[in-house]
Amino acid sequence: MVTAVTSFGRSGLYDWLIQRVSAVVLAAYTLFMVAYLVLNPDLTYTQWQGLFDQLWMRIFSFVTLISIVAHAWIGLWSVLTDYLTSRMMGGKAVVLRVLAQVCLGVVAVTYTIWGIEILWGL
Amino acid sequence: MNKNRPVNLDISTISLPVTAIISILHRISGVILFAVVALLLWALHTSLASEEGFAQVGQVFGHPIAKIVLWGSLAALAYHLVAGVRHLIMDAGVGESLEGGRMGAKIVAVVAVILIALAGVWVW
Repeated sequence: MVTAVTSFGRSGLYDWLIQRVSAVVLAAYTLFMVAYLVLNPDLTYTQWQGLFDQLWMRIFSFVTLISIVAHAWIGLWSVLTDYLTSRMMGGKAVVLRVLAQVCLGVVAVTYTIWGIEILWGL
Repeated sequence: MNKNRPVNLDISTISLPVTAIISILHRISGVILFAVVALLLWALHTSLASEEGFAQVGQVFGHPIAKIVLWGSLAALAYHLVAGVRHLIMDAGVGESLEGGRMGAKIVAVVAVILIALAGVWVW
């Protein structure tokens, strides 16, 4: 299958596992953030800055960002290869799909580098 | 090329039972969340940059229209999370039958509605 060349882990089984592992990371970060913000309704800048000043929080946030990129690539790849197909859109489907995946890649790289800049202020 | 190779079902002609609705919403919420990441990165960037930035983010999220966007984002996140947990539970072998799948889909809908309502209470 030609479309498999653009999948994230290059095999369905790898993609399946990466999707699950990244999902657990994303769920953990979501629950942590919601709990933190609910427990600190009068959050101050000093407190917020202090949280992201800690190495573990930066690592947790960065691993989460990497998980978002991997998870989104696998998820959106599934969506694109289901809907942007020759069967649904005719001959232009492959061009459209590759274009969409290039855009997806640009956004993914942007998110990653932007995140590194925020977390480590390069 | 062999014209008789097996092909995917034509998904544009398939009806949508409850399990399919839960599945398509999982996809739609996922696509929305990928865009929301940009908003979250902006908020994180601005809120960590300076005391003024922190206040600015608080101010922006206090705006009525921003609250709707925030609630919509939290709704997509809550839904996607619940529907994702259903996948993990099914991976563990629970609720894999046709009836189990339908039941799981209904549970996802109920839990998601509750969480989305709670998110609304939190935002307003």
